[in-house]
Amino acid sequence: MTSTSVLSLVMPELILAVGALALLVVGAFGGDKATRTVSIGSGLVLIAAAVASGMGPLGVAFNGGFVADQASAFSKVAIYLMSAVAILLGEPWLRRVGNARFEYPVLVLLAALGMGVMASAGDLISLYLGIELMSLATYVLAAFQRDDARSSEAGLKYFVLGALSSGLLLYGASLIYGFAGSTKFADIAAHVAGGAGQGLVFGIVFLICGLAFKVSAAPFHMWTPDVYEGAPTPVVAFLAAAPKLAAMVLFARAVSQGFPGATEQWSQVVQAIAVISMGVGALAGLVQKNLKRLLAYSSIGNIGYALLGIASGTEQGVQAMLVFMVLYMIDVTGLFACILAVNRQGRSMDSLADFAGLARERPGLALAVTGLCFSVMGIPPFSGFWAKYYVFKAAISAGLWQPAVFGLVASVVAAFYYLRIVKTIWLDPSPGVTDAPPLDAKGVAVAAALFSFPLVLPALALLDPLAKAAAAAFGLG
Amino acid sequence: MHGVGVLGLQAIAFYLLSAVMLGSALLVISARNPVHSVLFLITSFFTAAGLFVLLGAEFLAMLLIVVYVGAVAVLFLFVVMMLDVDFGSLRTGFARYLPIGGVVAIVLLIEMAIVAGAVAKRGASAGATIAAPTDVTNAEAIGRVLYTDYIYFFQAAGIALLIAMIGAIVLTLRHRPGVKRQNIAAQVARTPAKGMAIVKVKTGEGISE
Repeated sequence: MTSTSVLSLVMPELILAVGALALLVVGAFGGDKATRTVSIGSGLVLIAAAVASGMGPLGVAFNGGFVADQASAFSKVAIYLMSAVAILLGEPWLRRVGNARFEYPVLVLLAALGMGVMASAGDLISLYLGIELMSLATYVLAAFQRDDARSSEAGLKYFVLGALSSGLLLYGASLIYGFAGSTKFADIAAHVAGGAGQGLVFGIVFLICGLAFKVSAAPFHMWTPDVYEGAPTPVVAFLAAAPKLAAMVLFARAVSQGFPGATEQWSQVVQAIAVISMGVGALAGLVQKNLKRLLAYSSIGNIGYALLGIASGTEQGVQAMLVFMVLYMIDVTGLFACILAVNRQGRSMDSLADFAGLARERPGLALAVTGLCFSVMGIPPFSGFWAKYYVFKAAISAGLWQPAVFGLVASVVAAFYYLRIVKTIWLDPSPGVTDAPPLDAKGVAVAAALFSFPLVLPALALLDPLAKAAAAAFGLG
Repeated sequence: MHGVGVLGLQAIAFYLLSAVMLGSALLVISARNPVHSVLFLITSFFTAAGLFVLLGAEFLAMLLIVVYVGAVAVLFLFVVMMLDVDFGSLRTGFARYLPIGGVVAIVLLIEMAIVAGAVAKRGASAGATIAAPTDVTNAEAIGRVLYTDYIYFFQAAGIALLIAMIGAIVLTLRHRPGVKRQNIAAQVARTPAKGMAIVKVKTGEGISE
């Protein structure tokens, strides 16, 4: 393969890496005055990378370390666009709290680079490097409000638990390398073709545990509520969306391309994690008073539904996971944008009580929150219903009756806390006056709410074949 | 006979180095004085480097000494000596958590031993192929693949280090307004006109500014 064709394969990553370096130099010389320029530049770089990955050629480069296929192209477009939204939400917010710094967009760019590497990983080494690139940037972003004790605590907790999960993941990877004799997914798959030995299964379990940490699936979810509560809200909006999709795509790729001969073994582990996540997400969310913590448990539960798609071990299951994650990312970004939009006397609000009576003061915003809550709950015809419909259909056609029924019960239980948000907004008396919502947060919230109901129907017609082609790239039955 | 003698010597070296490494690793976590812990850690790194030499990986052995002994362990020593951490208080819960922690550790150990013993005819390196000995040195062999086959991973690791650097600067660099720093450019650019003002002071009124 010639070097130009290799470079055209990795064009999205090249654009991101070179763009991040160039903007870093601009920021270093321009200082914090250049923040606006660097933010706009980062947004343009992300859009260029999304276009490059959507239009770019497909193939394998660097001895199988980098895979550009339908699945990586699909997820990269979504990841890069969601990262651009994170900059759109984050930069004005940081300006309002007096912490506008040019490193924020650069770190989001570098995290997006890591997520691109994850989505394209065809080797255990690129799997690990992609995760570390993404994680290191997000640790720093979580602690970005360094004068705020809770933000620093969130960053530290995220870092320590992230390091622990990397240790588990590396231990699993070293066992797999030892037993299979290669780090490439293709070679491992060839070795596993006749069935995996117990040593390899041991390695797979550790690898899955490490990945489950990154997607915050129970029982590896402990960091999620604390990090969501402490980290700056726009950073959480970022953490809850794009990195989850990247890690889920990596999850699906690692188990389906690396261990196609051991589907039964990894499917059991993934099913167990999915069921526990759905249960924890539904039950622990019931007692939360803080909206950010509540959304953390909601995300744990939703990752459980997405994992159910992977656990099916079929092409339909992976397609369901991809559709679910894209629809969920838009909902959750919208919900965090709503939290960003509600301020009282210049103070940002994140407890449930702060949202009381919002309907009388800001009816538009209240409608947006209500629509997004109904969507995450899974009420037809909102987007969350279609997401769950895809996942449960895939799980049932793969014969996973019990986890699917459990998931339905869990989503009924979880509906209680979404309904409580809606009740607080529409029926409770307001404690005071809200400030005019900032244009950026309100715009994203309304756009996400509009997507969750009428726009989702035409979007699904577009998303369905794209996700199907992407899932086909994993070569499952 | 000669070959057997060399093998015997290798076996002796292997067991000696392994025993020293495991012993010093145990002392790292059991030594009362944290400085001693770090010193045993250095011993453990050093003997691990010896094991690499036995495997014929002399370049990795040198890297281990340069990076871990030379940089990481010395950094640990500095931190241990500079931070006044009360290590006695860190140990107070040790006896209380020992029984339950010990049970967990033993269960994990037994499980791993069963798995390793049951499956591995050749241990955890069942899939590994032993590289054919060539006349190429270690450093050259790594150099041949590092910038060709592994260039993608090499660059990605470079970016990871860059992110760590940006992170350290973002989280620690701050310009405190109250601190007086020397600004040489401002000092050089200062002119008599900017530096002083001649004011006519009226009797009994003082200077307002």
